[in-house]
Amino acid sequence: MAEFRMPSLGADMDRGTLLEWRVAPGDTVTRGDIIAVIDTDKSDIEVEVFETGIVDELLVSEGTEVAVGTPLARIATTGPVPAPVGAEAPDARPTLSDPASAPTKAEAPSPTDVSAPPDAPAPSPGAADAPAGRPTPWASTPVAHPNVFSPLVRHRADELGVDLTTVTGTGPEGAITRADVEQGAGSPPPPGEQATHSSPYARRLAAEAGIDLADVTGTGPDGAVVAADIEHTRAASTSRPDSSPDSTPGPAPGPAPGAARPTRQQSIRRSVARLMARSKREIPHYYLSTTIDLAPATAWLATTNAERSVTDRILPAALLLKATAVAAGQVPEMNGHWVDDAFVAAEQVDLGVAVSLRGGGLVAPAIRSADELTIDELMSRLRDLVTRARTGRLTSSEMTDPSLTVTNLGDQGVEAVFGVIYPPQVALVGFGKIVERPWAAGGMLGIHPCVTATLSADHRASDGHRGATLLATIDRLLSDPGAL
Amino acid sequence: MNRDDARTLVAEVLARIAPEVDLADIDPGEPMQPALDLDSIDFLNLMTGLHDHTGLEIPERDYPELATLDGCITYLTERT
Repeated sequence: MAEFRMPSLGADMDRGTLLEWRVAPGDTVTRGDIIAVIDTDKSDIEVEVFETGIVDELLVSEGTEVAVGTPLARIATTGPVPAPVGAEAPDARPTLSDPASAPTKAEAPSPTDVSAPPDAPAPSPGAADAPAGRPTPWASTPVAHPNVFSPLVRHRADELGVDLTTVTGTGPEGAITRADVEQGAGSPPPPGEQATHSSPYARRLAAEAGIDLADVTGTGPDGAVVAADIEHTRAASTSRPDSSPDSTPGPAPGPAPGAARPTRQQSIRRSVARLMARSKREIPHYYLSTTIDLAPATAWLATTNAERSVTDRILPAALLLKATAVAAGQVPEMNGHWVDDAFVAAEQVDLGVAVSLRGGGLVAPAIRSADELTIDELMSRLRDLVTRARTGRLTSSEMTDPSLTVTNLGDQGVEAVFGVIYPPQVALVGFGKIVERPWAAGGMLGIHPCVTATLSADHRASDGHRGATLLATIDRLLSDPGAL
Repeated sequence: MNRDDARTLVAEVLARIAPEVDLADIDPGEPMQPALDLDSIDFLNLMTGLHDHTGLEIPERDYPELATLDGCITYLTERT
């Protein structure tokens, strides 16, 4: 049995609201499916599920706000399960995040069986080691975190003095993400907000049915009472089922104490402010700029688009992004993250695109493996991404750190932009507007469309020479757009 | 298509792109991109929206005619 928890979708996110479930108990889900929509204060994010299996129980109802790490749903996994890496669980007790070793009868679901209580010995990772004051019943296991695959995450934890064993992972298969670590560096979730003895759903069902939780035997982790237990108690007793169709949201943790909730705009502004201030505090920026002849590129676009319907046309931005992505693959010092006094090169080019939001604000979601997409694919991804960023519907995988970001202010009418790097990235590429300029080529003077490409780079990770190589590579790639 | 229908269509498509804008507030003779803070992707989405509703193929060389609200309405009424 696996859990879907409230993910951390940003370093400063500590709670989120479950806006909408996209699945119901009994539904089959596959890794990557959108399972829920979550409101993070800054935007609505469509969250993908990491597990493959059958939804067993939804623990939190729509409209409820919970702390990051709170379990939201339980999923009976049927897909390939990760083998624990270097697990050293004492006395080999089955653990929540280790379904491979759970007794098979708990793992043999027939669809009708989904709501039966697991009668396997309840995995109780928390029992012997629940640290005092850490009320999560579904606490991470005490194993030396096999889930922490990323050196980036380990470095960040060391940097912040965070003990990884106290951090709840909200990434794939319970992995600990950098945002989880940063959240762990802040205050732990206030006690009492996460059920120690019963799930919120179970509490609500019990309240509706007039059942006292103390009378119910819990079969969940740590002996917690889960919804299935309530169902059994209800069925066993002769009390009539109370059908209150419009249930009020389950006992939600109280609203943030004190001041009124910030608006979405204010949250975005604050988040950008923190990030930009940190960038300027920590990163020694250097700046380079170069003017690129876009005559070949615009000619190629005109010819290509003339044969295409409106829906399939390509914008110059797509070419600029593709050229940047491919160049980043060739100059790896510009594609990665600065972590704990060292540069960690990224394994692929996840290109962040800075998107301005109507009404103010900025978000920079990532186009994954942008260098491997065709121009058509990249154009399509870009359009989709920008549209969804502006309507506030990004997915969780788009919100994880890009390895390099591009800011394109061409439409705003400035010729060059020297932007602020998004930490922990080490570079930011900027493009201004495409303007017609006199241009000398082959000993002849003509008028060419040109664009000023800029680079803001982290001088700890690279020197000007490598930065210049990146821009020169972009220039060269744009001179042959057909090959991009 | 008559001018009223064309205007309604443009309003509908724009509402998806710039939901906070009321067409009555904009000068129909002024270029829409700066007035409504539309970028190139927004403009392409506008063209696509008009294309999807009318089936009109709008070649890139015609884009300047569609820069203003009046321009869009005229373009649509002349061709549909």
